[in-house]
Amino acid sequence: MTDEVPLATAEPFRVPTAPCRPEDESSFPAWEWMPEDLPLLPIDCSSEDTKEHAYGLLRVIDDDGKAGGEWNPKLDPEILKTGLEYMLRLRIFDERMMKLQRTGKLSFYMRSFGEEAIAIAQTMALEQHDWVFPSYRQPGAQFVRGRDMVSMMNHCIGNEMDNVKGRQMPVHYTWKEGHFISISSPVGTQFNQAVGVAMASAYKGDDQVTITWLGDGTSAQGDYHYGLNFASVYKPPVILCIVNNQFAISTHANLATGGPNFASRGLPYGIPSIRVDGNDFLALYSITKWARDRASAGHGATHLEVYTYRAGAHSSSDDPSRYRPKDDHLHWPGGDPIERLKNHMISIGIWSEEKHGELIEKIDSEVVASYKEATSYGDLANGPYPPASTIFTEVYETVPWHVQEQREELGK
Amino acid sequence: MAEMNIIEALKSSLDDLMKRDPNVLTFGEDVGYFGGVFRVTDGLQEKYGAHRVFDTPLAEGGIASMAMGMGLNGLRPVAEIQFADYIFPAYDQIVNEIAKVRHRSGGEFTAPVTFRTPAGGGIRGGHHHSQSPESQFTHTPGLKVVYCSTPLNAKGLLTSSVECNDPVIFFEPKRCYNGPFYGDPHKLSTWKGHPDADVPEGEFRIPLEQANMVMEGNDCTVIAWGTMVHICQQAIKESGVSCDLIDLQTLVPWDRDTVVSSVKKTGRCVIVHEAPKTSGFGAEMSASIQERCFYHLESPITRVTGWDTPFPHTTEWDYIPSTERISKAIRATQED
Repeated sequence: MTDEVPLATAEPFRVPTAPCRPEDESSFPAWEWMPEDLPLLPIDCSSEDTKEHAYGLLRVIDDDGKAGGEWNPKLDPEILKTGLEYMLRLRIFDERMMKLQRTGKLSFYMRSFGEEAIAIAQTMALEQHDWVFPSYRQPGAQFVRGRDMVSMMNHCIGNEMDNVKGRQMPVHYTWKEGHFISISSPVGTQFNQAVGVAMASAYKGDDQVTITWLGDGTSAQGDYHYGLNFASVYKPPVILCIVNNQFAISTHANLATGGPNFASRGLPYGIPSIRVDGNDFLALYSITKWARDRASAGHGATHLEVYTYRAGAHSSSDDPSRYRPKDDHLHWPGGDPIERLKNHMISIGIWSEEKHGELIEKIDSEVVASYKEATSYGDLANGPYPPASTIFTEVYETVPWHVQEQREELGK
Repeated sequence: MAEMNIIEALKSSLDDLMKRDPNVLTFGEDVGYFGGVFRVTDGLQEKYGAHRVFDTPLAEGGIASMAMGMGLNGLRPVAEIQFADYIFPAYDQIVNEIAKVRHRSGGEFTAPVTFRTPAGGGIRGGHHHSQSPESQFTHTPGLKVVYCSTPLNAKGLLTSSVECNDPVIFFEPKRCYNGPFYGDPHKLSTWKGHPDADVPEGEFRIPLEQANMVMEGNDCTVIAWGTMVHICQQAIKESGVSCDLIDLQTLVPWDRDTVVSSVKKTGRCVIVHEAPKTSGFGAEMSASIQERCFYHLESPITRVTGWDTPFPHTTEWDYIPSTERISKAIRATQED
């Protein structure tokens, strides 16, 4: 045989790795996309019409803090101030909760550091009665819906006042009153559930849109593809978001797909798909409002890649300096979402460093007062916990005999 | 009352439920226009429209998650999984999501989904059209598990399952859809003339958690569900032993009082199921019964089950518990 094919000399198969490891200098390709680049789209557009938007990057606030382009939502200054306040509140809330975790007052925590704009801007762009079906890094939506911080802290602690009765790990919020659906640890399970929620709204004739999020790593799960496919087939009023924050614990996004990006994966499903700067409050608000208008008008799902960077650790159990440069997030071309909005507000003359400092002080004291109140109802180190009887209740609508027997065996 | 087979009885239940409650929807693979591969939803799409009775993509995991979402948002979905063997892509959604959401949300959210699924062997279905995976679900708190066996209880139990505010896995013995199966593959039977083929046409319920005493006797309690109920009936006749035959109907939560009082009366017990023996629901029954009835027992509780092997194709009659194996086990309980 003269044409024998030689064995591959390279690796037998490709195993992608992260672009930078702890010993490396951080390097991100510079963003070429500017706010003027992508045209506004009609809400009845096809997936084909969004091709440029799926491979591009939708931005409104440029590197100098100026808002521009056709997607500029031109929001009322009060909305910007509210958004900034919620984002700051989330950051300060997270820092306080991390301290509680480190002192053993709660078991575990997950910050939204660097991703504060996402759930806050997106939920603000929705109607109050729309369904929010989050993963664990969208707790900020609850501020938008008016949830009291004490109530959120009670849950994280798992004390007597926890509305889910100490049954779930911290950050796994449930809040039906705010149309905020229960968070589950298995990642991505909510994606096609959100499609079902949206189908039920459509069936009942409610003008309710459902939004859901999952991460870049989670988009490797079947549930992501079920969600896209079912949404593609039934066209329910749903907004399907991938938060591409580059990391799933230590696993880089380039192990979640071999494709060019995440947004474009919606195109072959026939779903309009757009990649948006996840640290740009205005771009997030604008695209979500547009997606809501599409959904509400009966044009079905929108698929968004929210392009961001997980500035903090995955969770209180994680140390990212083991797998990426320590200051990596400082080099992210999208910057910090709070700084971005703040600078924009200063540039249009509705905000100042002084007002910003005052706002931080105000929030700080609110957070401190909230945590003092929440811990007064009990903390993980000292209790009191919810009664042990809550192990046995709400497993079923009523307690069946075999569960009742076991409760009696525990004797509490 | 009308004479029905199991397929007609299930359809009659769905028809009644959909007539009374606009929040009841049903969907699954081939369920809509075609009416299901076993014809359970035949004619329902025409009657209730394509938004209430519809086809889904071939993705059981997607069917389950969509159903959960609908349940969270106030509907009462009935999802068909075409064969119980194909329920496993939905397992995470059922076990981690649907079963737990009431508890994990502090009771704020529930997902009252019913999964209907044909199960069990006897149709030459091989590994993947024959399994009876009830114990994969009885081990999950938050689920109710129901197994019908006749047209009458198919209708009564399905109506109660769908109306139940807890999620229910509802197994249908596919071998018995068109007639009871007494264990001899050469003898075809239909439901015609069977007392349990006489089914009320309108609203009709059999409470969950209630077993059915199929036959009464004195010397042994035989417990079964699904197709095995009929095979046991035949086996009891062949054994010549006077037996209580209990059709468990609901496996979780099972009817403790009926079972315990029967075993205390007879002092002997044989549990029969098609599923493999190890960790089958018979093991749970056997342990629970001995905990409650030990001092009344005259002989060991025994199990007659499928083997701990994959379900075979051409040799399935050597896999499914036969009347010979069951009657032998019953007779063995009578020996000193």
